[in-house]
Amino acid sequence: MARVRVQAAPFDVAAETRALTGGRTDIGAVVTFVGLCRDEGGTLAALELEHYPGMAEDEIRRVADEAQARWPLMGLTAIHRHGPIAPGEEIVLVIACSAHRAAAFAAAEFLMDFLKTRAPFWKKERRRDGRDGDWVDAREEDETVLARWSSRP
Amino acid sequence: MKAVYFAWVRERIGRTDEDIAPPASVATVGDLIAWLSARGENYAFAFEKAGAIRAALDRKHVKHDAPIAGAREVAFFPPMTGG
Repeated sequence: MARVRVQAAPFDVAAETRALTGGRTDIGAVVTFVGLCRDEGGTLAALELEHYPGMAEDEIRRVADEAQARWPLMGLTAIHRHGPIAPGEEIVLVIACSAHRAAAFAAAEFLMDFLKTRAPFWKKERRRDGRDGDWVDAREEDETVLARWSSRP
Repeated sequence: MKAVYFAWVRERIGRTDEDIAPPASVATVGDLIAWLSARGENYAFAFEKAGAIRAALDRKHVKHDAPIAGAREVAFFPPMTGG
């Protein structure tokens, strides 16, 4: 069963990794992905992450379950934050564990690809000058990139 | 049924959620969008690009041709930008 959480608080990558690997000797690969709040023009005070409570967790879990059905994983964690997140802070964490690296790499990438287009989160920019920022637009590439998973094992 | 709105759909409509009672002729999610759009300028603005609006019934993604019969909660929101 994957560990899925949606929370306002920051997460501790090392602690989350230990929670999957501690006391085990059969895991040979741990792939960790951390998505950060990025400020491209020096104008961003924070991103405001809005989510659909309940459905956000459900959708991440659906994708996580699919990843576990697809690859021989020995541990899987997905944590997504909501609320205001400052540039440089973490937004999302995925940790995938397996005996060999290929499964962990693929599962982490798969989970992120589908999470971005399926999990109900929306980012709004809060500007440093106090003016109202825009809602971040969805990227078309995020949809088209999903096609690769229908042909790859 | 309960309708919930997120992101700029919520901002344009001006509320986070409401109870709605569409007539029986409103059979699908797409019908519901058209029905809501006729309720006022704020709704018309929120749904002006109806094709871009995503919907969920009881917290599961659905297409606009999905029937709404039996659903307790319908959600409308823009394409998602998490991750």
